[in-house]
Formats: sequence, C-alpha cells, structure tokens
Amino acid sequence: MDPDTDIGGAQQRFPVTNQSAIAAARSEDHVVRQRAFDTILTSYWKPAYKYIRLKWQANNEDAKDLTQGFFANVFEKNHFANYDARKASFQTFLRTCLDGFVANERKERTRLKRGGDANHFQLDFLSAEDELAMQTSSDLSPEDYFHREWVRWMFTMSVDALRERCEASGRKIHFQLFEAYDLHDDPDSSVSYASLAKTFELEPATVNNYLAATRREFRRIVLDKLREITATDEEYRNEARSLLGVDVK
Amino acid sequence: MKWLSDSKLSHLRAVVGNPDFSGTKYAFVKELARGGMGTVYLAEDTELNRQVAIKVLSATEISDDLRRRMIREAQIIARLEHPGIVPVHDVGVLADGRVFYAMKLVRGVRLDEYAANTSSTRERLRKFQAVCDAVAFAHAHGVIHRDLKPQNIMIGSFGEVLVLDWGVAKILRDDRGPAASEADTLLLPGPDQPKPDTTSDTSQGTVIGTRQYMSPEQARGEVDRLDERSDIYSLGAVFYFLLTDQAPNDDKPRAVNPRVTKPAEAVCLKAMARDRSNRYASAAELSADVSRLLDAEPVSAYRENVYEKVSRWVSKNRFLVLLVLAYLLMRIFFIFTSRS
Repeated sequence: MDPDTDIGGAQQRFPVTNQSAIAAARSEDHVVRQRAFDTILTSYWKPAYKYIRLKWQANNEDAKDLTQGFFANVFEKNHFANYDARKASFQTFLRTCLDGFVANERKERTRLKRGGDANHFQLDFLSAEDELAMQTSSDLSPEDYFHREWVRWMFTMSVDALRERCEASGRKIHFQLFEAYDLHDDPDSSVSYASLAKTFELEPATVNNYLAATRREFRRIVLDKLREITATDEEYRNEARSLLGVDVK
Repeated sequence: MKWLSDSKLSHLRAVVGNPDFSGTKYAFVKELARGGMGTVYLAEDTELNRQVAIKVLSATEISDDLRRRMIREAQIIARLEHPGIVPVHDVGVLADGRVFYAMKLVRGVRLDEYAANTSSTRERLRKFQAVCDAVAFAHAHGVIHRDLKPQNIMIGSFGEVLVLDWGVAKILRDDRGPAASEADTLLLPGPDQPKPDTTSDTSQGTVIGTRQYMSPEQARGEVDRLDERSDIYSLGAVFYFLLTDQAPNDDKPRAVNPRVTKPAEAVCLKAMARDRSNRYASAAELSADVSRLLDAEPVSAYRENVYEKVSRWVSKNRFLVLLVLAYLLMRIFFIFTSRS
C-alpha cells in the first residue's frame, strides 16, 4: 500500500506581492519569515523530491522523509539567512544544501522521523511519483535535471494561478481558450483560432484578443513568481532571460 | 494541477517569451531566429496582408529619451532605400516596453550558407561587390553598420544581395542635421545582455559587433573613433571568408587557400589593415578593386611585376593570343612549305 501523504492542492498559496521570498526569509518578523518559507517550500519541494529520487536513488519513502526533513531542517535552523547572493544563485544554494543534507543523513543513518513537534508539510508526493513515472529518461546532469524540474514546477503553479484568477474574475472562457490552445497535448496540432472560434461560438478576432490577454496575464504571473523565488534582481533578470529570452526590470 | 510535458513546457516558455503584438497591426506567427540583442519573429501585417520580419529587442528597461532616439534613428535607417539594404517598414514599442522594428521578410540563404554551395570565385566576388555597394550607399548617408559578417548578409531567391541587421548601426551624421555623436548609436540596450562574442553596451571602452569580423579599434571599444573604415575592415573580413571559407584568423588568405590570387589577397589584406589609415578610404574604392579583380584588371592594392602583368594580360586575352599564335604557326608553315 502506498502511504503517500495527501495533496496540498488548492491550499497551495500564491504570492500576493512580487517581493523576493528569499530576502523575506531573513526577516526578523516571524510571520513574514513563515510566509516566505511557505513560498520557498511550495516552489521547490517537488524538484527537490524528484532530485532526491533520481540523483540519490532514494526509494519513495526515503525521498519523502528526506524532503520533509530537509525543509524542516532549513526552516528550523533558518539556513536561508546564510545565503549569499554573490556566491551563487539561490537555486544552486538550495541544491547544494540539499545534497549536503542527504549525504549527511545517509552517512549518519540518523534519518529524522518526522512527528511530534517536528514540522510536517502537506506535500503531494503522489503526484510527484506520477510525474516521475511519465518522464522519459534523459541525459541531463543532476543539476540540469533539478533546474528543468524547477522550471516545470514553476510553470505548473503559474498555470494553476492563472486558472484561479480567471475563474475568480469571471473569465473562465479565457482560461478555457488558453487551455485548449496553449495547453493542448500536442502544441503543434491543428487547433487553430478559427476552430476555437467555432467551438466556443466566438469571433476569431475575439479568440485572438482573449488569448492575447490571457497570455499577457500568464506572463505576468510567471514573472511575479520568478521575482518571488529568486534572491536578487540580478538572479531574477538572468532567470527571466534564460527562461523567457527577455530582459526585465 | 496537471503535469506539463516537455513539449507543453517548451510551448509555454515560448508563449511567455513571445512578444505581445496587441495594439499593433501585427499578428505573431512564429519565431525565426534568436540573437544576443533580440529575437526575429515572423508576423503578419494585418492591414496590408503580408508577412514581415519583426525584430524585437530584448531590453524592456529603456528611458523615454532613449526610446525617442532609437525611433528617430530607425527612421534614418528606413531612409536607406537601396536594393541591397533590407527596408525597415515600421518601428514601435510593444505593450511590455520592448522596441520592435518591422522589416521586409527576406526569403533566401545567408552568405555563409550560400558560400557552402557555391564554389565559383567569380560568383562569390559578384555577391561581395554587391555587399560593398550597399555598404557604400549607407556610408554616403552617414550610417555605418558595425556588425558586418556573413550571417548578416542574405542572398535572396533571385540572387539579390541584402545586408541585414542594422540594429547596431551608428549614425555618423544625419543628412537633415549636424554630425552626430555616440549618442546616435541606433541601439543602446541594457547592461545585462548575454555576451558571447557580441556585446551591446556602446559606451566608450566596450565593444559591439562580432569579434572575428570586427576592426581592431572596434574590438578595443574605441567607439568615438569608429568611422566608415571600421566597416571596411569588416568587409575585408567577409572577403577573407569568401576566399578561404574560414572566418578570419592570423593566416593570410593564400596560406589557407593556395588558389587565392595575389591581387585578391592584397585587396583583402588592404581592407583588413590594422592601421585604418592603410585601408581603403571607402567601400566604393573597395568595390572598384573587386570589380577590377572580376575584369582581370590591375588592382590598386597590388603592384604587379612584368611577368605578372604579361601573365594577367595573356590570361585576360587568351583568345586573342591563341589567334595570333595560330596565325604565326600558319605563316611558319607556309614559309617552310613554299621553300620546299
């Protein structure tokens, strides 16, 4: 029987500001720090879990414990306060910390059993396992794999945020068009603006406008998310250029 | 929360990175090419129902002053109406703050691709001469390109030659006004561009262009000293490529390709002289020497000895020489036969 924990799903939070959560993690204010930590956890737990599964060849149960343990550990000891943006990107810092943690845990064989007073996070490990099963093998280095999965997770969260925003503002059809055209199983398929116009009983120009507006909003969400989970303006700009090919403020 | 496959992820990244043309008359079609300074897209001009190439610069963070200047300078480039210069149809700013230029969509191959399929030196020389003529025209209007290289030259479907990517051009003087300063660089994007071999900050001491095809003064970042002769160097470097199929290096053309003639090598080396005062004074002069090479005439860059003069004359007048030889042989034959 698979003892995977329940999903966080809809409870997962999205930023209300585009301030860097990494910077906020150093705050003296516990509430601010807690919120920043939640953001970092939300943004990084899945890539971290998959990374442990693949790079460290951990089984499902060990990977869950190590993921939980890692984030509990960095939060309890406030490791993020030690992050120095001049030395590496936050992503690299976090991955290095993760490697160190896993190596240490394995070496001492004193894996923490989460429970009692220890932090325990609601993480959707089952979905992470499903995704691992769907992924084909690749020649990526562990570092590149971690980065790719982080990008995938960031876009996944952004799509969910877009859906929530569209539904909350009565623009459900905007998201449906976006889903039909841009989240189609085969992006190169024959879905066209004309076919969408017919399906949704809209003018092609309206489809064009709705899609343009939705993509614009999606872009904003991705950039806000990126801003939030990068430590410095420089890292934010580098990631934006690397991921999206644009220079941003 | 649906899992995003690799193809979906790739598509979404493109969707986010692709320009938002809302508010313009253009509709996005697809990405064509990506460079250090921006990305070129295929777009549909919805008013004129034609496809255009749109270059969207990467930088979003530019001041109003800079934006105005870039637009003014794009207007100057747009005035370069020459069959060898890709016309700029439009310039504007996207909703996200990025500047774009709409240009004629050129269908064809790049000069390096063309060279890979064309072994004829004469054909290559003709194309190069057309490049020189286009650059000479721009120089005559006070514009220097600053990034001439085979990748920025297209050979169209009908053999026409087009010089592309005037995005880093410098306006030396405006026909409508006084001489311009470095402030009149067409493109001044932000400081965070990736810098493989191309950089985009044009302040004094930094470089812009592509190193292998860049003049020494340009490579040193002596922006204020750049003039037409910097483009002459780059043209020489392009000529080097056409002669040798290699990007310029320390070897002379004949060391790379022994079939290169001495006059052709001399033309190339004169254009690529490290001291710019030793280069051709204008692209038109260079073009004239290339024309002489095509016509087997003596070039200004090379002083021939008597043997070479005779050889070239014989080579050029081969038919006449053969006729004379035939006539002489016949005369000799008749003399001998009449005696016997």
